[in-house]
Amino acid sequence: MTDDDADSTSDGTPGEPLRYDQARWTEDADTYEPLLAEKTLDTVDVDSPLPDELTRETLELPALAEPELARHYTRLSAMNYGVESGPVPLGSCTMKHNPAFIEDVAATPAGLVHPDRVGETVQGTLELLYRLQDYLGRIGGMDAVTLQPPAGAAGEFTGIRIARAFHRADGDERSEVLIPDSAHGTNFASAAMAGYDVVTLPSGEDGRVDLDALEAALSGETAALMLTNPNTLGLFERDIRDIAEMVHDVGGLLYYDGANLNALLGRARPGDMGFDVMHYNVHKTFATPHGGGGPGAGPVGVTDDLARFLPDPHVRKTDGRYERYTPEGTIGKVHGYEGNWLVLVKAFAYIARLGDAGLADASAKAVLNANYLAERIDYEVPFGPFHHEFVASAGETDAADVAKRMLDYGVHPPTTKWPEIVDEALMTEPTESESKRTLDQLTAAFDAARGDDEAARADAPERTAARRIDQVAAARNPRLSWQALEDV
Amino acid sequence: MTAHGSPYVPHTDAEIEAMLSAVGAADETALFDIPEGVRFDGEFEIPARSEQAVRALVEGTLSGNDDLVEFLGRGHHDHYVPSMVEHLADRSEFLTSYTQYQPEVAQGFLQALFEYQSLLVELTGLEVANCSMYDAASALGEAATLAARVRAASGDRVLVPAHLQAGRRRTLENYVAGHDVTVESYPMTDGNADVDALDAMVDEETLLVYAETPTVRGAIEERLAAIGEVADRANALFAVGSDPVALSVLRPPADVGADVVVGDAAALGVPTAYGFGIGLFACREAFLRQVPGRLVGAAADDSGRRAYTLTLQTREQHIRRERATSNICTNQAWVALRVAMHAAWLGPDGLVDLANDCVTEARELAARVDDVSGVRAPVHDRHHFREFPARTDRPASAVAADLRAAGHAVHVVGDHEIQICATGTTADERDAFVAALEEAAR
Ligand SMILES: Cc1ncc(COP(=O)(O)O)c(C=O)c1O
Repeated sequence: MTDDDADSTSDGTPGEPLRYDQARWTEDADTYEPLLAEKTLDTVDVDSPLPDELTRETLELPALAEPELARHYTRLSAMNYGVESGPVPLGSCTMKHNPAFIEDVAATPAGLVHPDRVGETVQGTLELLYRLQDYLGRIGGMDAVTLQPPAGAAGEFTGIRIARAFHRADGDERSEVLIPDSAHGTNFASAAMAGYDVVTLPSGEDGRVDLDALEAALSGETAALMLTNPNTLGLFERDIRDIAEMVHDVGGLLYYDGANLNALLGRARPGDMGFDVMHYNVHKTFATPHGGGGPGAGPVGVTDDLARFLPDPHVRKTDGRYERYTPEGTIGKVHGYEGNWLVLVKAFAYIARLGDAGLADASAKAVLNANYLAERIDYEVPFGPFHHEFVASAGETDAADVAKRMLDYGVHPPTTKWPEIVDEALMTEPTESESKRTLDQLTAAFDAARGDDEAARADAPERTAARRIDQVAAARNPRLSWQALEDV
Repeated sequence: MTAHGSPYVPHTDAEIEAMLSAVGAADETALFDIPEGVRFDGEFEIPARSEQAVRALVEGTLSGNDDLVEFLGRGHHDHYVPSMVEHLADRSEFLTSYTQYQPEVAQGFLQALFEYQSLLVELTGLEVANCSMYDAASALGEAATLAARVRAASGDRVLVPAHLQAGRRRTLENYVAGHDVTVESYPMTDGNADVDALDAMVDEETLLVYAETPTVRGAIEERLAAIGEVADRANALFAVGSDPVALSVLRPPADVGADVVVGDAAALGVPTAYGFGIGLFACREAFLRQVPGRLVGAAADDSGRRAYTLTLQTREQHIRRERATSNICTNQAWVALRVAMHAAWLGPDGLVDLANDCVTEARELAARVDDVSGVRAPVHDRHHFREFPARTDRPASAVAADLRAAGHAVHVVGDHEIQICATGTTADERDAFVAALEEAAR
């Protein structure tokens, strides 16, 4: 395909969608031979210097040599789709490009130290953590930042534990956390784990917080309101100042879910909007790779009033030296050590590379890309104006089927069927990393997937490593290890 | 750097123009719907830097760390990681992928995670392993909340060993705080659980009894079966903490009555990285619907072929919200991939050899340390794995400080106790270490 073909035409019709064939095993049953490691299980007798009663008799695992393993994992990687395979416009996930150099930065040997080292001997590590705390504080408009939580959900849990400690310090036992219905599942689960009853707020007509519903839900029992801003529909909560005042008036705290911070870099800061606590998803906003589901990091920023409750230890600078200390009202620990170091260094490297101008540009292009894509695709986008993401509706068509068909057109589909306030939702976040040309290809994939006949969608995907997988059957008969397979 | 600010933005000026005109906006700023009162007009004052400059900055900063040979462990262990792991795990199709919500294009990662789960099933003897928790501490927290959900009686006590890494204990306390569960420790006797004392503590209010092997002091727990019986008698769950290297030779915890196994799986797959780990979590099939985190299952695709998919997702936060088994979403999947690769590289023989080395090298180093005047090791008359405490005549902090000055790091675990870890990564440094200890202990 030539460049011209791939590009959209100047009159605005998208080009042909890509065709994409993922690596897969042959269809020919006789020569179908996926490299299944369990077919090479080897049982060894365990001989050990320990007494027999403490040891196992045998160990049964695959025995493969490095050349076989190299091929095994290389083939598996060919059956996996990442951001470097093509666009991954999963809404709320911020699947932006992960710069290659941050991997090398994280591997810096001098940083590979043990966490039990005395602070005096790891001044470099503590300095880097301190600088990252400081960078994140500036970006979020927060007074103090802990790097300990190992993911966004852990950050939420940390933040809500901090809210609890804050209220308790005033002898105030509150029982509720308010969360809009469009929020991410972790918000509800984190608040419940932290010991609160969850009160779900229905969204208003315009997809934002309904101030009347909020007013009705707020009370002396309100420990916190958790908000994502822009919310999962990509909409900025325009009344955020009023919301903050209402929450603060009943003595509650305002929690910011930082999953969508990529929309706002350099343009607005949670701290300035009246948020008291926030988490950052560095694996979203700050480009650390998602690694097939993790690791991430979920630093938490707080205002001065809450800094004394931060997890133990916190890093500070005293007389030019860096030291760990225990905040006086600390909630304790949320990670066995001090968080996901390897991820934190990558985030630091990304922020240090981009600086003010780069960060602001990332947000600007993320928002431009979302607006452009929404404009181009032939789908209804019920709410606006949105920022870095939008939720399109597949209308009468099953969004999950549209997604499966998009796989055949060489792109990863958006997040489907969430948030529920949009029918057959396709929650789409292209990020700043995609070029106009890629967005045009995405547009073609969106439209072709919906334009295809229903049978094609129901049969999709057909060009991927596996055809449609029966998830219901998988859940009905869970087989979670080689040991549970009957067909080995 | 492009004219636009971010080096990772592909747009040309002409494309930006075309896109702005397609959406009918005069400029990018017009796309932001942010009320005036909350707009940020300031600067972060973070300068942009070249890639080379950032590398120099981080290397320069980290060079502030003293170059010490670490004889450190206590839950975060260093074993040599083969190059193959780095090179293959860094393949971008793995590294830059998302959670496998579209399994048809994620078969590779799913299969690797399935292999990881299978490895843990073999090592623990339990039927179910998830594909990761954040770390050993949060995995222990999840074990306790699982106990609170599944146990018939409405108890509120979790009993843990007195010898427990502080980060694990304190994270556990946070995890259970929302459940009104309290954490208490049972005493140790000569480095192992004091089973009689534990027996006296356990009652009908006990949800969970936790024991570790090896313990944080490196002692192999010899009476796991007895601890399991104590827990069982009170209808409490029994959780065992361990790691995949130790489990390669130790009796499978399921054999001694464990209901749950947790621990740090990053003894494999990753080097020492300032506490960066991966929580392993395995349990009996009876608790399948209560498992926290992600599970990969074998399935079939429409053509009848073996395929893999995330499964039993109705346990998880994105479906069950406040009634989910856990809030975990992003986990340590890529680390699980690395653990699986490392274990596969070692194979069963290699794993057993590595584990046996952990026993013999700790034993040999303890014997050499014991020969040093002013030091006795090991403190406990137990079998040790990787590490052991040593008693010092001089104050431990003074001994450790002198060792540091000589380029060696050890733990201080008591007024007159240091702890020394002897994994293979420090094999060439032991003579120098013992020589330094001879000076420091005097
Ligand atoms: C809106 C929102 N909040 C919270 C989270 C949870 O973050 P994490 O996956 O890092 O735990 C996510 C990410 O998946 C999200 O999209």
